[in-house]
Amino acid sequence: MDAQKKVEILRLLEQDGRLSPAQIAPMVGETADAVAAAIRDLQDQRILMQYTALVDWDRLLDDRVSAVIDVKITPQRDTGFDRLAERIARFPEVRSCYLMSGTYDLSVEVQGASLKEISRFVSDKLSAMDGVYSTTTHFVMKRYKHDGVAFGDGDADERLAVTP
Amino acid sequence: MRSFVSQKVAAIPPSGIRKFFDLVAQSRGIISLGVGEPDFVTPWHIRESAIYSLERGRTTYTSNWGLLELRQAVSHHLAAWQGLSYDPEFEVLITVGVAEGIDLAMRAVLEPGDEVLVVEPCFVSYAPCAALAGGTVVPVETRLEDEFKLTPEILKRKITPRSKVLMMGFPSNPTGAVMTEQELAAIAEIAIEHDLLVVTDEIYGDLTYEGTHRSIGTLPGMRERTILLNGFSKAYAMTGWRIGYACGPADILAAMMKIHQFAIMCPPITGQYAALEALQRGATERDKMVAAYDQRRRLMVEGFRQIGLPCFEPKGAFYIFPSIAPTGMTEEEFAYGLLEEEKVAVVPGSAFGASGKGHIRCAYAASTEKLTEALRRIGAFTERHAQQTPNETEIAMRR
Repeated sequence: MDAQKKVEILRLLEQDGRLSPAQIAPMVGETADAVAAAIRDLQDQRILMQYTALVDWDRLLDDRVSAVIDVKITPQRDTGFDRLAERIARFPEVRSCYLMSGTYDLSVEVQGASLKEISRFVSDKLSAMDGVYSTTTHFVMKRYKHDGVAFGDGDADERLAVTP
Repeated sequence: MRSFVSQKVAAIPPSGIRKFFDLVAQSRGIISLGVGEPDFVTPWHIRESAIYSLERGRTTYTSNWGLLELRQAVSHHLAAWQGLSYDPEFEVLITVGVAEGIDLAMRAVLEPGDEVLVVEPCFVSYAPCAALAGGTVVPVETRLEDEFKLTPEILKRKITPRSKVLMMGFPSNPTGAVMTEQELAAIAEIAIEHDLLVVTDEIYGDLTYEGTHRSIGTLPGMRERTILLNGFSKAYAMTGWRIGYACGPADILAAMMKIHQFAIMCPPITGQYAALEALQRGATERDKMVAAYDQRRRLMVEGFRQIGLPCFEPKGAFYIFPSIAPTGMTEEEFAYGLLEEEKVAVVPGSAFGASGKGHIRCAYAASTEKLTEALRRIGAFTERHAQQTPNETEIAMRR
């Protein structure tokens, strides 16, 4: 299968991870077996990493909190930022970890059961690491959009049921 | 009291789609494949740009021709896309959708009794607009075996000394048929030989899935006898904005503009600014929507192949037009039955002209989830109503 077709499959799965190879097949003009093989291949290469659900936890009155932390670190000889970034990323509290351009180095998103839990993570774990010399913690107040999907009730289909 | 309604208007049958719409509107929880418009909302950058035009207080009339900037953008767009050159000052008119363009073109050129060759099955406005403008409608029927393309043989049979206008729309609503350059060339030759004006509705021109759209106006000798109608509704998901355009030779455009300036003045300015944004920066979002339609199209073709309802592979628009012959039902029986038993709305093909008999129009401007479910239900309905072969009937009788 050509690379373009694989990209098309990835785009479809990125929108709806529940699509089966049989459903995808006609949309990309391939057989279900070929699509299944391509998906296995993409999984083996860790290009296709995981199938997850996007949940609006706020609707359950869930009181978990998130914070985005700007972290400044000292790059290390040979490994640069990577070793320390990977160490930080290993904490289960960390939802995402990016190396950034600009006034700080790592953008770390953490999630916890309460403000206190996150504060403790920052003071006990993150700030205490060798090489971390500054953190600035921003708590998330409200989420409007995540991974390209807007929260809220969504737009209803307001079209008339039959039109010429 | 006497009836005040003109006989000409009274004689026009109401849109076939209307009757069906009323029925669907009463039903609850249906999946509708009857919607002739995109399921996307207008891309945000276009909406935002319209809001900005309101913030700036741009709430006036525009030139009767439409905003000059928009006409220039249309002219550039057609030059880049089709290699057609239209003077933005006197050969491009901004209309209230293609629908107004059809009406203007007919009223601008027809004398009583002039024959308008209407290629069917087609969008519901062509024949009524021609008739209201005093023309005599001559249906030109296309067929499934020709993939609903207009063939020179079919066209020639319908031409008389009174033929004046050929009205057609490719990519086609309701069939999804497209015409290649070679196929159009054969039609152009006839148009020139019989001195016909071609009014071409190319609203689905951006929605083609194999090869790019060619306008008949690009063929040698055709620009001077072609009125090209297009707009923003389908490619940019802007149906409710009601912005279209008409391009053609200056003398005909001047005549169309004369009617337009008295009847319409100009389309709403907000919509014109939105359309300008669509042409300037809308290509990325448009192409994403086209790619999504293409995936759904292939899903539908495969779906109907498995159900066993014959259809050709549509190469444009967002419709598929399967034959329901295997069920032995009429298209109306099928559509009404499907709505009642399976809660899926499709439009009987005869709403688009007599040659749509025996077919249903399914719009695939809906999510793949809905389409998959609709196909499942159509499959169940078809299986339940499939005509028994004589052999099976015999066996059943023996029992």
